[in-house]
Amino acid sequence: MADWQIDLIKVVFIWTWALLIAVVMTWVERRASAMMQDRVGPNRAGPFGLLQPLADGIKLFTKEDIIPKRARKILFILGPPLFAIPAFSTYAVVPFGDKIVIGGKEIILQVSDVNIGFLYILALSAIAVYGMVIGGWASNSKYSILGGLRATAQLISYEIPMGLALLTIVLLYGTFSLREIVLQQQGTFLGVLPNWGFFKQPLGFIIFLVAAYAEANRVPFDLPECESELVTGYHTEYGSMRLGLYLFGEYVNLGTLAAVTVSLFFGGWGLPYIDMSKFLGPISYGIASFLVFFVKQAFFLFLFVWVRWTVPRFRYDQLMGLGWKALIPLGLINLFITALLVQLTV
Amino acid sequence: MTKKFETICITTGPTEYSDYVTLNIGPIHPAMHGTLRVITKTDGETIISAKPEIGYLHRGVEKLGENLTYTQFLPITDRLNYCSAICNNVAYEMAVEKLLGIEAPPKAQLIRMIMMELARIADHQVCVGILGVDLGALTPFFYLILQREEIYEIFEWHHGARLTNSMGAIGGVEADLPDRFHEKWPKLRDSIRKANDETDKLLTHNRIWMDRTIGVNAFCGDDALDWGFTGPMLRACGVRRDLRKDEPYLMYDKVDFDVPVGKHGDVFDRYMVRMLEMEESIKIIDQAYELYKDFPEDAPLMKKVPKIIKPPEGQIYHAIESPNGELGFFIKSDGSDKPYRIKIRPPCFMVYQAFEDLVKGEMISDLIACLSSINVIAGELDR
Repeated sequence: MADWQIDLIKVVFIWTWALLIAVVMTWVERRASAMMQDRVGPNRAGPFGLLQPLADGIKLFTKEDIIPKRARKILFILGPPLFAIPAFSTYAVVPFGDKIVIGGKEIILQVSDVNIGFLYILALSAIAVYGMVIGGWASNSKYSILGGLRATAQLISYEIPMGLALLTIVLLYGTFSLREIVLQQQGTFLGVLPNWGFFKQPLGFIIFLVAAYAEANRVPFDLPECESELVTGYHTEYGSMRLGLYLFGEYVNLGTLAAVTVSLFFGGWGLPYIDMSKFLGPISYGIASFLVFFVKQAFFLFLFVWVRWTVPRFRYDQLMGLGWKALIPLGLINLFITALLVQLTV
Repeated sequence: MTKKFETICITTGPTEYSDYVTLNIGPIHPAMHGTLRVITKTDGETIISAKPEIGYLHRGVEKLGENLTYTQFLPITDRLNYCSAICNNVAYEMAVEKLLGIEAPPKAQLIRMIMMELARIADHQVCVGILGVDLGALTPFFYLILQREEIYEIFEWHHGARLTNSMGAIGGVEADLPDRFHEKWPKLRDSIRKANDETDKLLTHNRIWMDRTIGVNAFCGDDALDWGFTGPMLRACGVRRDLRKDEPYLMYDKVDFDVPVGKHGDVFDRYMVRMLEMEESIKIIDQAYELYKDFPEDAPLMKKVPKIIKPPEGQIYHAIESPNGELGFFIKSDGSDKPYRIKIRPPCFMVYQAFEDLVKGEMISDLIACLSSINVIAGELDR
């Protein structure tokens, strides 16, 4: 097979995978929340309601597409794709497995091992917020504008701590490539602990996780769409599949963030203490590494759901306060200490 | 845009050109409890002024009363505070009984007490649950609402209705406690306590919850009295006033219970007062049930009242402590079979007057929190 064919297969695979996770997540969210709240949840469409996302998709596609009369038409149309596409694109640099050998050809399980994978993630996650802001602004509704304003404030408050947390990882591993970072996380340090970013950067992980929740617009940080105050915030005026793209993009974004968390802080595809490549064949090793990655990702996806149905949401000013008064100073101190330690040990 | 803006301004006065944005919240808005409308002027997210507009659920209840006989008006009272219809029923029945100069038999009084306290628990559960929902915590709502369903089950056994109860009649209650109540109550008590406990664990000491509620629209006791606050709202401000203690009716003077009191009158205190009151209500039901057990099975439940009630000329005001506060009925009789005038004093009307004072200077999120914590029921507000 030519290289471009392999690349194409990888792209199609990861695209399907991202879609599949988003679809299944909508189902998991409902069933898991139902489980936590002593309810049954959707159980009519298919076994255990598994076809519910499909039914929802059909419903959203067949609904009438309404653009408010006084909305900015071009921006209104631009909003949802601008929100959903970056979420998909981030998957391109996520290493979802180690490597697989087929027909003597070694294939790295990552769409593209960019040497600035890190910056790529940060840049794309910043673009996604424009989808919300533009969508809110273009709808010409006061609630939408408030949602868009909140999204902007949230972006500014949480991009910085997230960047600071990620910088410590870069300092630690000395590379911007995600695959390199995952490779360096295999094995153990201090004899007992797995060589994971989580154990080397616990504070960095916490800052990153909080920022990730804010990034994903989930409770406790779902202020832009806060349904009890702003109706549904920035997508109040949207309907049919445009609304669907916003909702869907959110879940794709969750999958991406979970994948990035796993790659940066939890050793990606690697199992702690066990080197799978030693006793598994070349093909089965590739599949096993992917499965390990998936299990870790699934855990973080569930964590997103779990937290959402447990805590109340912040107020707008409290959220800003948390970002500027707590996370940024902590991130700076963390960065300083890490830099010092790296300098001393090298 | 301009046209839209003007239509809003017609209701708020002449167009003012300022930096403030007029934001119309309700009457159709997911966080509005029923058909309430607040016209706010905001500076960013800070509220400069908030003008509540009422009357979207006005059904002329008081006028209806003038054209219905005393008994026919009873089902109308269900539609006041529909979260605890039994309290309205009993308040009205007791007012008419007072006008007639009679009193329900003791066993009927105890049944009324038990049912009213159950209704109080149900009302507080809804209020606390909705407060959680409005602040983003959806899960406790389901724990509480499941227990409310169980309480409604008891209502259904007793008088056949769940929401609009129309319990009792003038002169007593129509039926004894259902047989199933005796087994059900001990189990229900435990599960209500468990649900409250879980809600408490999820919310009370949650840092986000505390940040969102402590100090939010705090209100001082003197102001609250001036505005005419009653019930949990007043007690949260630190004023110990409870009609069940201060002016005992039914058999509240024979049971022992505490009146939880807050300090700052903020959303957190209101939440805590309601949570603690549920526990007190359980205690009251337990004691009332003990008293109830002393009565023989064939003890009378109804006082003898004529088929067509014609109270003597005169006027009467009778108030009880409903879950929201003082619920009073003023009835003027001209000696005919229909009341000459009925005036209802709903607790949340007095609280809602002070709404602007409560939320001024706070943020939009706090307005929503305030609205759910004062538990405005549109049916009772607009009548």
